[in-house]
Amino acid sequence: MSIMIASTKNLIQKPWIWSYLGMIVVWLATITFTKGLGGGAMITAALSFAAFTVIVGIGQMFVISLGPGNVDLSIPANIALSGAVATKIMDSSNDMLLVGFLVAMGCGLAVGIFNYALIRILKIPPIIATLSASFLILSTAIAYGRGLKIKPPTMLAEFATWQIYGIPILAVFVVGLAIVMSVVLHHTFYGRSVLAIGQNMRAAWLAGINVERIRLSTYVLSAMLASLCGLLLSGFSGGASLNMGEEYLLGSIAVVVIGGTSVAGGKANVPGIWGAALFMFLLVTMLNTFGASAGIRLIMTGLIIVAVITLAGGEKQLD
Amino acid sequence: MLNYLTSPKFLRSALPAASLLLLLAAIFYIQPRAMSHFGMNLMLQYAVPIALATIAQMFIITVNDLDLSIGPFVGLTACIGATLLVTDPILGVLALIACIAAYAALGALIYWRNLPSIVVTLGMSFVWLGVAVLVLPTPGGTAPDWVKAIMSFKIPGIPFPIFAAAVIALVVHFALMRSSYGAVLRGAGGNPKAIGRAGWSLLKIKMVMFAAAGFFGVLAGLSLIGLTSAADAHIADRYTLYAIAGVILGGGEFVGGRVSPTGAVLGALTLTLTGSFLIFLKISPDWQIGAQGGVLIIVLALRALINRREASA
Amino acid sequence: MPTTQSQIVNFQSVAKSFGAVSALAGVDLHVDAGECLGLVGHNGAGKSTLMNVLAGTLSPDTGVMSIHGQDLAEHYNVTVAHDQGIRCVFQEQSLCPNLTVAENARIFHASLKGFGWKKRAGKMIIDKLDEIFPDHGIQDNDVVGDLTIGRRQMVEISRAFTVTDKALDLVILDEPTSSLDVVTATQLLTYVRKAVGEGQSCILISHLLGEILDYSDRILIMKDGAVIAEKLAADFTRDSLVTAMGNVVEEKEIEAHVQFEKVRGETPQVVCALPRTQTNGTEFIAHKGEIVGLAGLASNGQTAMLLQVFEGATKRVPNTKVEAPVAFVAGDRQSDGVFHLWSIGQNIGVRSLKNMIKGWWLIDVAQEVFMADDWKNKIKIKTPDMNDNILSLSGGNQQKALFGRALGSDAEIILMDDPMRGVDVGTKLEVYDLIRAEAEEGRTFLWYTTEMDELFNCDHIYVFCEGKIVSELSRSELTEEKVLQCSFKENA
Repeated sequence: MSIMIASTKNLIQKPWIWSYLGMIVVWLATITFTKGLGGGAMITAALSFAAFTVIVGIGQMFVISLGPGNVDLSIPANIALSGAVATKIMDSSNDMLLVGFLVAMGCGLAVGIFNYALIRILKIPPIIATLSASFLILSTAIAYGRGLKIKPPTMLAEFATWQIYGIPILAVFVVGLAIVMSVVLHHTFYGRSVLAIGQNMRAAWLAGINVERIRLSTYVLSAMLASLCGLLLSGFSGGASLNMGEEYLLGSIAVVVIGGTSVAGGKANVPGIWGAALFMFLLVTMLNTFGASAGIRLIMTGLIIVAVITLAGGEKQLD
Repeated sequence: MLNYLTSPKFLRSALPAASLLLLLAAIFYIQPRAMSHFGMNLMLQYAVPIALATIAQMFIITVNDLDLSIGPFVGLTACIGATLLVTDPILGVLALIACIAAYAALGALIYWRNLPSIVVTLGMSFVWLGVAVLVLPTPGGTAPDWVKAIMSFKIPGIPFPIFAAAVIALVVHFALMRSSYGAVLRGAGGNPKAIGRAGWSLLKIKMVMFAAAGFFGVLAGLSLIGLTSAADAHIADRYTLYAIAGVILGGGEFVGGRVSPTGAVLGALTLTLTGSFLIFLKISPDWQIGAQGGVLIIVLALRALINRREASA
Repeated sequence: MPTTQSQIVNFQSVAKSFGAVSALAGVDLHVDAGECLGLVGHNGAGKSTLMNVLAGTLSPDTGVMSIHGQDLAEHYNVTVAHDQGIRCVFQEQSLCPNLTVAENARIFHASLKGFGWKKRAGKMIIDKLDEIFPDHGIQDNDVVGDLTIGRRQMVEISRAFTVTDKALDLVILDEPTSSLDVVTATQLLTYVRKAVGEGQSCILISHLLGEILDYSDRILIMKDGAVIAEKLAADFTRDSLVTAMGNVVEEKEIEAHVQFEKVRGETPQVVCALPRTQTNGTEFIAHKGEIVGLAGLASNGQTAMLLQVFEGATKRVPNTKVEAPVAFVAGDRQSDGVFHLWSIGQNIGVRSLKNMIKGWWLIDVAQEVFMADDWKNKIKIKTPDMNDNILSLSGGNQQKALFGRALGSDAEIILMDDPMRGVDVGTKLEVYDLIRAEAEEGRTFLWYTTEMDELFNCDHIYVFCEGKIVSELSRSELTEEKVLQCSFKENA
């Protein structure tokens, strides 16, 4: 019995537990309303859609963990660009799938390096750097992708939409990705370096960490994950569209915050991102089910984010 | 004299004006006919709402915060202006006052819980958008006559946007840079601990600055519908990024309380003109948004060069 | 002691704790009109905490705070303190770097408003600057961020002495001369005596005992949160003051620990660096197994030298040759050393993570735990569990953890940035022994210290002044007088 109490206590102290609790509460509320109908379909849909947010959320989590002021606002533009470029290159052909993947990753690499070049060489704060970069990236995507009506290769579309017993294969893949990334965060030199830099950049430098290299890697990681998301999204939605990344700007930051990662840097977790992504999707579903209008949905989403960060509070001033 | 003109300090403060003049020169070179009263008026049409939104953002940035919701907020005030303000003026005014009060409350919340403003304003952007959608579900509404009248005011010799921008810059400059309380407000951005230690209420300062941002956000929304006559919830989504870019272009910095109202207004004008510049260059509208990013990067690169020169001096 | 008529401040049993840590343990303090009180004590003695309570920035837990005869302990804050005529110039900057000198003066006085405020504020501050620091060269519309540290300090000090509508009775100066050169420091202290002569009071905190002895009327010594001695300045000599302060390792004690002196040049050079602003070509040289000291007044380029060597180990830095891996032991724990969200063990292991990788990329947690326990024993860190958060340790133990981080790494050159500040004597002696032992094994130590007596641990000493090496001494040549002599610019 005491072991149960101890492990429950341990569980409650985990920062990500609240997002999962929230998710369960919202799901139960919805099912109660529909008198039990559609519960399973809801979970399937949630897993499908949340998977995409999780992919970019992981990248954003690493960037935010580098310390205050670090955020990647170029994710939506990158999604659009990578999706457009990859789709055009693959030209609906399954044989070109690998090439398309490599091209998308190449986009991510280029975007990440470009972002960091602005930050490092031109000494532009990350918010502005990724913001201006996103303008350029979006323009490139628009110019490149005009008149894009190409279908994704069938294998990609299937991978993105295939389900076994109501569980999307994509979601399983992204859970696997999340597990790998969690190990990277907590148990590799790279992950530890990110967390050190987020706590105290100067101390990290003095402790022998190559701060610039780690930061570059992180911005590249975030960009490449965004590109992956763009590629998969184009498979999921039957083609690339130029505004398909829009909701992921705020979405990627929201799931990081609600998932329990500290915005001040140095403290992060991956499970929370899944919990938060599922929670956000199910929240919208719940509001839809209750018949709330678009306006109410937006207001509720916003208030939830504000409420979570208010409860979490900011970094205590070390006086 | 020459020493002063080439000093990093002067170059940095002259950069916003210089960029604007350079841009104007380039436009006139490519399209001389734009140099008319009508031409300027057309190119700078949306400068007033953008400048007002930029000033709003500037107040927030002065106290080391960032507002990611100013765009949707301007959209909200535009929607209220195009509906309530016309049908039921008293209710409309009260609603707009409530918006300003909400901003002040946000400032208080951010201060009290020491919250990161990026996340809070992120959430609020959804809230403003949601309320705007409730107020005006589909594009429509009509602008109040008095707003339209102000925005179409004709001054002989000067295009209205330039006149209005000058007035805005002047008023805010005096309020923030020359008044005695303005020094305290800016000090709170430079060294909040010291300001608190000197006995000033940091809570009050935060609320004042956020309320000021809300006030100018309301003005931005109203001036916008004065130009477009109708409104919709998403009408000013882009303004968040414009506002941030404008403040930075104008020489402002994210932390440290170093801002410039005149610079911010000049930055807003520069951004507004970039669009026209590209049209005259016959660059496709696809690249418009990219060019705005490019301008921002170029100006910041120049600033970095100037700073580096100063560091090695 | 009952309050007398001319007493400005009378504290009785004022105490303050931060959680479990007791910062002030029942302090009695009184300040009369027209006197300068010197306050001395080592780091962590409680001086700053006491002054913060007096200035109104911290509230005491218990005790009577009698100001001008009234007990104000209940509702005391900075505004009340100002109303009572008490001002404080803290060690950290209280100026807003983005504002001008005149605007900063306005911040200090709520009554400076209305039409023409800028001119009035500017005149007020410049007049006071003229009075205290003749030939200061500062203008009222200079932006504070553009001023040198010395000039900023001058502005901040002058501002504390400005008066508008409320009288000024007591000014607290916490290490005011740390950023001033000899000339301006003397100007300030002379002014303090003048102000005291006119009835104002001053509390002077300084680690330069000469200043305290020459310019105070009465001296209070603090240790471990309590006042341990209080006498007229005339009744102290420098030596008796130092002895009373305690916590200093006597030269004789160190000599007992030092086995023999190294002969320079027996081992190969591992560091050869030219300080960036050096004009006469003197290089900073360290040989394998040497303990090299960096001396001179605080903040005269010693840390910059250490950082130059640090960078030189991994990058190409002009005129800098570093032949082995380095590790850094921070003196300013909060800004340079501690990862406050991590455990003690993680803080120790962070420098050595690269060597704990098993398989492809995974960190071997067992190795990390082993290293933590190993160093817990070696350096005697007082904690029940190395998995506890690092901030659960006392300051001295945190410092030990930082030593463990550096010494447990693969570095052969250890850079120490005045790491013994605020550490107790027992720990100091243990660490000195450890450093000596490691040096015997071939590790090189570059040691910047502000405690003269620590230099006697070193084989070779470089004295710095304004970023340049002005003198080198071997262990046998080392005397305190020689170091002091070289530290000041006129003799360089």
